[in-house]
Amino acid sequence: MHDMSAQATTHHAPPQGFIRKYVFSADHKVIGIQYTTLSLVAAFIGMALSWVMRIHLGWPTAAIPLLGTLSPNGAPGGVPTPEYYLSLMTMHGTIMAFFVLTAAPMSGYGNSMLPIQVGAADMAFPRLNMASFWVTFVGFVLACATFLIPDGPPISGWTAYAPLSAVGPVAGPGQGWGQNLWGLSIAAFCVASLLGSLNFIVTTLELRTKGMTLSRLPLSTWAWFINAWVGLLAFAVLLPTCLLLVLDRLGGTSFFIPGGLVVNDKVLPHSGGSPLLFQHLFWFFGHPEVYLIILPAFGIVAHVMPTFIRKPLVGGWKVITFAMIAVGTLSFVVWGHHMFVSGMSPYMAMVFSVPTLIITIPSVIVVLVFAASLYGSNMRFTTPMLFCLGFISLFITGGIGGFFLAQPAVDSYLHATSFVVGHFHFTMGLSAIFATFAGFYYWFPKMWGRMMNETLGKVHFWLSFVGVYCVFMPMHLMGFTGAVRRYSSFVDDFMVPLIPTNRFITVFALLLGAAQLIFFYNAIWSRLKGPKAPNNPWQATTLEWDTTSPPPFDNFGGRQITVYHGPMEYDGDASVMQNSPEKSVAGT
Amino acid sequence: MSQSGVTVGVGHAELMEASPYRMEKKKLGMWIFIVADACTFATFLFGYGYMRVGSQNWGTPFEFPTILNGIVMTFILLSSSLTMLAAVQATQAERKASAIKWLGLTMLLGTVFAVLHLREWFKMIGEGWRLFSNPTGGAAQFGATFFSVTGLHLAHVISGVIALLIIMRGYNRGRYDGSHVETTGLYWHFVDLVWMFVFPLMYLMNAR
Repeated sequence: MHDMSAQATTHHAPPQGFIRKYVFSADHKVIGIQYTTLSLVAAFIGMALSWVMRIHLGWPTAAIPLLGTLSPNGAPGGVPTPEYYLSLMTMHGTIMAFFVLTAAPMSGYGNSMLPIQVGAADMAFPRLNMASFWVTFVGFVLACATFLIPDGPPISGWTAYAPLSAVGPVAGPGQGWGQNLWGLSIAAFCVASLLGSLNFIVTTLELRTKGMTLSRLPLSTWAWFINAWVGLLAFAVLLPTCLLLVLDRLGGTSFFIPGGLVVNDKVLPHSGGSPLLFQHLFWFFGHPEVYLIILPAFGIVAHVMPTFIRKPLVGGWKVITFAMIAVGTLSFVVWGHHMFVSGMSPYMAMVFSVPTLIITIPSVIVVLVFAASLYGSNMRFTTPMLFCLGFISLFITGGIGGFFLAQPAVDSYLHATSFVVGHFHFTMGLSAIFATFAGFYYWFPKMWGRMMNETLGKVHFWLSFVGVYCVFMPMHLMGFTGAVRRYSSFVDDFMVPLIPTNRFITVFALLLGAAQLIFFYNAIWSRLKGPKAPNNPWQATTLEWDTTSPPPFDNFGGRQITVYHGPMEYDGDASVMQNSPEKSVAGT
Repeated sequence: MSQSGVTVGVGHAELMEASPYRMEKKKLGMWIFIVADACTFATFLFGYGYMRVGSQNWGTPFEFPTILNGIVMTFILLSSSLTMLAAVQATQAERKASAIKWLGLTMLLGTVFAVLHLREWFKMIGEGWRLFSNPTGGAAQFGATFFSVTGLHLAHVISGVIALLIIMRGYNRGRYDGSHVETTGLYWHFVDLVWMFVFPLMYLMNAR
């Protein structure tokens, strides 16, 4: 046999020089910070795009300052054209879903914390890890580059439904090189995610320190591990789907383009393809994708909450972990619920409706465990804790909308209305963002070595919490009245009465955006001027809090780490570190 | 991954609990890569099946003399899995010269497979097959699915030959050990296994 223990510990040397240390670094902590920073930039861009969309929805004829100069084709005189509105929507969805929600809680925090939490010196494949980040970066640059070409970004939405996405420039502005760049960007993101998943899985299985059995893994590590499997299988399907789409666009094939299709009075020379095939392949990735976003959120909340409620979660590690495994597994058999009105057989709709209702059971178990754990706790109302509470609230609110949409009969009416927009922004958008904020406030001292300002954090939480409800609740009501999503301006007949509602949403969307500026200010100010963070500011128990802030290059300064306890040894003010041989306080 | 041999931290080696799976990390990494790659091939083959079932005039362009090429290719690729196995066994027995010989033979068989495959491609292209047209008048999707599925597989074979070359040189110079050969072998067998799906689905089902 080979000497496995030596294999696991042979690591790269501490790098010398700026470039090796901070730019092309193989250190998981630097890569985690790079991912998190990339996501912050992406979140800001995605948010700015939504502001433009919101202003246009509220005031359809108003000229938006600067926009006419920035994009003379898309918004002549500052008023976005319907096509440009679709471009903004496409890029808002693409940037937010991939480069913020998928990247930050998984690749950002996972890279930063997973090796430390299992007691390893680095990820299993540090150079592969570096490659994942830089391929993601290239993908992000390609996505942003769509704004620089004359036609602008694609108009086919983040789901890039064929045949609109497949037929090329004839379909409208942005469907030429805009859509090509989009395809390349997402293909790059797929490759990076696959490499990342591979690294996460091998690190969790092979690099755990002595005593770190699977039952003692912190729940955030469990979530990242399960998520890595989901990502491995899902992105491995999206990648070839992108390749087939690119073949249709550039190679003249007809995988997704039906015969006799007429676009803008031109008959296309394609035959025999199936747009439904694209929807099947995309949603086979796309539905697991929303769980790729929410599973790390579950993990972060499950990791952060016990620290501040000072007691273990109800049911210990098992209930949450098995519920997350169930969610991850079931996420692969529900994709058809996005396609109830696609022309798929109605019998298939029943087949997909049942597992869709079943998958709510483990999801509900997770949030119920969170809510039940609050009972009888001595809660510490820190900013991360507030965001955890916000997560529970938003996820339940959004989840209730899911029961409506899971049923084909109801969905036929609500499909493609703003009810859906409100629903998924609550469930996979804002609740994941709130968990990401919880993680950011919680791990910021460890990642950057400074404490964040608590007062600004709390102001940020309350403004965001109120703002989110004011923005996305009215969308549900608008959906009931039949407000169609993806329309750029509501100036036709039955939608005119909705303009005041739209203005209400827009005002709160702008306020919500302004509240995020407080967060950006807090993060930057704290990074530069915040008080130095102690090793364990939250009296937490997991291994990342048993080292300096930020940790040394090899994470533990060469100390021997042996783990004796699970991660939830809390009892009021008392707590026991995972690697402390002391008696356990909570009996896990 | 890194071969620098610099160990960070003191005594980390004793810290690590023996892996529950008794597997090196690069070998586990390769297995996980194979899981993902299998999904990628499955997607292509699913697309092929979808196109084929949905088509009313699929056509079966292969017949006895032309299918022979595919049969020979299959035989060659299967044999290369055997020679790869021999190479791994030779590394485990620490017979270096023998291992190099078998690795070389595996690469040779892989290259012959690629050459035969490309020859067939060029012949079909000469007959008028394209990604978007079918000279026999059947569904245009035949060319699209045939070239994309076999093209993806061919890309894997060619990458495998290059990987084998790198591993063989490294092994010869003592930079890599038998475990590297074994891990590359996993990949090679996987590419062979995929062909065992591609050949019946793309060739035999399309033969008259």
